[in-house]
Amino acid sequence: MLLIPCPWCGPRDEVEFSYGGAADVAYPPDPDALSDAEWGEYVFVRDNPRGPFAERWVHTAGCRRWFRAVRDTATHEFLEAP
Amino acid sequence: MHPDWLWRNPSPKWSYDVVIVGAGGHGLATAYYLAREHGITNVVVLEKGWLAGGNMARNTTIIRSNYLWDESAAIYEHAMKLWEGLSDELDYDILFSQRGVLNLAHTLGDVREGVRRVNANRLNGVDAEWLTPEQVAEFCPIVDVSPDVRYPVLGATLQPRGGIAKHDHVAWAYARAADRLGVDLVQGCEVTGFVRDGDRVVGVNTSRGPIRAGAVALASAGHSSVLASLAGLRLPIQSHPLQALVSELLEPVHPCVVMSNHVHVYVSQAHKGELVLGAGIDPFNSYAQRGSVHVVEHQLAAALELFPVFGHAHVLRTWAGIVDTSPDASPIVGPTPVPGLYVNCGWGTGGFKATPASGWVYAHTIAHGEPHELNRPFGLDRFTTGALVDEHGAAAVAH
Repeated sequence: MLLIPCPWCGPRDEVEFSYGGAADVAYPPDPDALSDAEWGEYVFVRDNPRGPFAERWVHTAGCRRWFRAVRDTATHEFLEAP
Repeated sequence: MHPDWLWRNPSPKWSYDVVIVGAGGHGLATAYYLAREHGITNVVVLEKGWLAGGNMARNTTIIRSNYLWDESAAIYEHAMKLWEGLSDELDYDILFSQRGVLNLAHTLGDVREGVRRVNANRLNGVDAEWLTPEQVAEFCPIVDVSPDVRYPVLGATLQPRGGIAKHDHVAWAYARAADRLGVDLVQGCEVTGFVRDGDRVVGVNTSRGPIRAGAVALASAGHSSVLASLAGLRLPIQSHPLQALVSELLEPVHPCVVMSNHVHVYVSQAHKGELVLGAGIDPFNSYAQRGSVHVVEHQLAAALELFPVFGHAHVLRTWAGIVDTSPDASPIVGPTPVPGLYVNCGWGTGGFKATPASGWVYAHTIAHGEPHELNRPFGLDRFTTGALVDEHGAAAVAH
C-alpha cells in the first residue's frame, strides 16, 4: 500500500485517497480552434511514463482536498516537487 | 539428460522482413500466423526478458467471447473458434477446458445489463444463457445464492463454451510452431530505440545491436507507451498493476469460471487444483509489477462472501502484471501515423482470451499494410473520429 504525502495532513495510507490521473493537463485555451485530432489528443491521450510522473490525488477520507504529487511509476516512490 | 528444446535460441540476424517486439502470447501468435497464413517467415520476435514471462505468465487464463458490441463479439468469437481447434492445429495440448463462464448479477442494473448482453450475444452467434439464482446454484453449487449476503446473486449470464486454458502451454505451443516455420525467437534482447529513414521506421536498436526491418510490430502490452514514445508516438494508454493470486492445491471443488463485475472478483480452479482469483486494477499508474494489499483484501472479502467454502483455503502466492488500459476498454490494433510501425495494445485486463484472434488480425494487418475486417474498428483513428467501442460493461473488471 502506498503511503501518500498529503500536503495538509502529512503521510497517510492509500486507502484514504482517490486517484486523479495525470496532473498539469490544461483546458485548451481556444477550444474552437482545435482540429478533431487535437480534441482527441486532449480528451483521450495522457502521458504514461515509466519513471517520474506528475499526478493528482484527492484525500477523499481526510481533508478532501486535491493536490499534485510527483511519483516514480517504476518504484512507487513519491519524489520532491519538481 | 535435458528434454528436447521446443525452439531454437538463435542470435538475431541483421535484417528481417518483420520485427515483432514482445514474445508474449500475442507476439508469438502474430509470428505464427504471419508464417502460416501469409508465408512471411523472415520474422524475429524480440523479448527483453524471457519468453511468455510478462502478462502471459500472470493472467487468470479465462476465455470467453460474451462481449456486448458487434465489433467485440466478432473478434472475441473469432478467437473462441480458433481456441476450439488450437490443440490440434499446434499439436500441443493447451488444456482448453470449456467448462462455462458465469457472469453474476447483483443489482437490478446488473440484471438488465446481463439480459441485454445475452440477447446481443445470441444475435451475434455467441452462445449465451440467462440463469436464475436457482440455476446458478445448480451450475455452480459452491456459490452462495441466499438473499442474506451483502450483494445477493440475482442471476447470471452463462457462456457454456467459455472456460480456461493453460497459459504456458499456449505460449510454448505457438513458440514451437512459429520456430518450426522459420521464425527466430530471441530472448534477452531489449529494444532501446528505432532506426529511422525520414519518417519511416526501418529497424530497431536493441541491447544486442541494430536490426533492420521491413515492418516493426509492437506487442508489448503494459510497456507499449514506453516503446511508442521512443518513436515519438503518444498512445491513449495508461499502465496499471492488475493483481491475481492462487491458493494451495485443492481437491476439485469449483466446476466452472465465476466472474462478478459488481464485487470485482473472478475465480476458477486450475487443472492442477489451485484456485485462481483475479482482482480489479490498482487505480494508479505503475510499471512496478506489484500492487497494494488492500486491493487483494477487497477481492478476497468478495470471494469469501460468494464462496463460503473458500474460508478453508490459504493464499499461496499473489502477483501483479502491468496492463495497458485504453479509454474505451477495447484494444488498439493497427497501423500508426509512423510509417513502418504497427501497434497491438490496449487489451487491458483481458488480453489472454483474445490471443489467437489478436495474432490472426495483427498478422493480416502487417502482411497487407492495412487492417483485417475484424480489427478495422479497433484502430487508433477511433480516438479522433469518436467511434469508440465502449466495452466497460463486458470487460468484467474496473478499467
